[in-house]
Amino acid sequence: MIEIVPRDRPSGLLTAGVPVIAAVASLLLAAIPLAFAGAPIFAAYGQMVTGVFGSLFAFTEMLTRATPLIFTGLAAAVAFRARLWNIGGEGQLYLGAMAAVWVGSGAVDGPAALMIPLVLVAGAVAGGLGMLGPAWLKTRFGADEVVTSLLLNFIILIFVQMMLEGPLKDPMSLGWPQSEPIIDAAALPQLIAKMRLHAGFLLAIAMALVAHVILAMTIWGLQIRAVGENAAAARHAGMPVRRIFLSVAFASGTLAGLAGVSEVAGLKGYLTADLSPGFGYTGIVVAMLAGLSPVGVVFAALFIASVFVGTDSMSRAMGVSSFLADLTVSMSLICVLLGGFFARFRIRRIRREADA
Amino acid sequence: MMDLLQIFLSESFWAASLRIATPLIFGVLGALMCERAGVLNLGIEGIFVAGAMMGWLVTYLTGSLWLGVIAAALAGAFFGLFHAILTVPLGLSQHVSGLGITMFATALMSFTYRTAFPQVSTPPRIEPFRALDIPVLSDLPFLGPVLFQQTALTWLALLMVALVWWLMDRSALGVAIKAVGDNPDAVNAQGLSVYRLRIGAVVAGSALMALGGAFLTMSAFDAFFFGMVNGRGWICIALVIFASWQPGKALLGALLFGMFDALQVRLQTMAGAIVPGQVFLMVPYVLSIIALILAARKADYPRALLQPWFKGQR
Repeated sequence: MIEIVPRDRPSGLLTAGVPVIAAVASLLLAAIPLAFAGAPIFAAYGQMVTGVFGSLFAFTEMLTRATPLIFTGLAAAVAFRARLWNIGGEGQLYLGAMAAVWVGSGAVDGPAALMIPLVLVAGAVAGGLGMLGPAWLKTRFGADEVVTSLLLNFIILIFVQMMLEGPLKDPMSLGWPQSEPIIDAAALPQLIAKMRLHAGFLLAIAMALVAHVILAMTIWGLQIRAVGENAAAARHAGMPVRRIFLSVAFASGTLAGLAGVSEVAGLKGYLTADLSPGFGYTGIVVAMLAGLSPVGVVFAALFIASVFVGTDSMSRAMGVSSFLADLTVSMSLICVLLGGFFARFRIRRIRREADA
Repeated sequence: MMDLLQIFLSESFWAASLRIATPLIFGVLGALMCERAGVLNLGIEGIFVAGAMMGWLVTYLTGSLWLGVIAAALAGAFFGLFHAILTVPLGLSQHVSGLGITMFATALMSFTYRTAFPQVSTPPRIEPFRALDIPVLSDLPFLGPVLFQQTALTWLALLMVALVWWLMDRSALGVAIKAVGDNPDAVNAQGLSVYRLRIGAVVAGSALMALGGAFLTMSAFDAFFFGMVNGRGWICIALVIFASWQPGKALLGALLFGMFDALQVRLQTMAGAIVPGQVFLMVPYVLSIIALILAARKADYPRALLQPWFKGQR
């Protein structure tokens, strides 16, 4: 018989090491599907590394890919800290992107110093409201926010398609369902000439630091953590639990909304219904790999982005399906979950007699 | 108004309602079994994908539809076992594990499909389940087309409603499964294994969910497409709360849902010129949220849902 025994203290070394071990393990596990697909394994890994670190362009592409993941990862991390299950990052991202093209494609005109903050705030508020809804349904009716925020993703995506064929449609787009382009004054500037990396990346890192400071050093942050650890105790201590819950929801949605703004105003320039290949969902993996730490989110997002960009490059070179990246990312989530278990518990073999 | 009446009087409307409800019946029954045992299974969306893909693939390879159905159920059971191990003996977060299973199953199925069929422009097709043709019954007016010209999988779904009802509400095993979702300590005190009951319920429930996915590729369509599950699994998670974890109400909820969905398709063709088509596409998801809001206040969640239980620990 085996028995699961909680450690007296969670193993510090294991807790800190778990994300790294999980990341490495998921990369190693990717060898199985690689072999299954008949690819030369070492050459494939080599191609993945080259695909990320082989040139300045490749490296900046990885940073560009990490940008929305930092935002959505922060959105999930902040919410999960308060035990608010925001699985609606994907929808909130699209709300943010939609708000950004709505105000940023010519409806308002002005200098960049005005336009850039304007699109950011518009997108952030739209994303925030997108999570405030499910959180309010939870506090008002007790409707599970996991399900409502998930289902909203589908509703919002259909709504985007409707807007792109209706009011937001670019009349010059020759029938393609896409929005009018963001005007130059509202576009986030490029960071390096001829590279796609844009100021959204710096904003993402700034938001990670802001989230870290808020969670670690402010009363609001303390309240968020208290509600997440034990809502009943927090209520008993006189904290306005409902208000904290709603405020976290808004903040979390805000971060996901910024991912959408950053993608349209920094990278794509206009909105289409395939703006995000699931950045909202991948943000959950990023947050879990980061152990829900905002600073950790940056590193986790860089790792996940490397997996995507590296696999894309390898997949083009070797004809292996690029779904390998999704597979690796999902395995990293399961590995980090398992790793967290081994940091908190140990498995002890017990003798039969002791069982009776 | 007359048009609406005409819809409700037409055989095809009721036949479509039952057809649309079929995958949801499987899914809600499966989710119900897991949750009654105290385990939320957010892997359902991925398990639908697994059932859809494996059922189709095995049928494509062997030519046997029923082998495909078995393969789908086994695939569901496999991912269910994975989820059960993570959440029951290891007691890990059911939310995160479920989402992980959904991502893993979806990615694994997509990767397998792409690897097996690298360069296909039109997806390979199978000969799907045909509408039943039962002598006399299928020729009945109204009831014939609505009930007796469905495919075998729809009948399997209805059979499963009866089976799950019997299992959960009439058998000793069902009493134990419900008890393990309400008060695992009491079950343990009676000398029953909490782990075995929970793992068993999750594995069986997940196998049922996968049949919902299999219906999509083997009955509703004849091929596998990426994104074809499209949130049906999540809808089941909402419907199971609406059904207050009762098999009979699960059937009712799925049928109501099927009716509304069949209705919106018909309204769409009628009002398509005035209202954008997407408004109708949103209907299923909006309905699920409304169903959840209506049910949430009085929802009587299994009391130990989401709570890990460890042997030898109080």
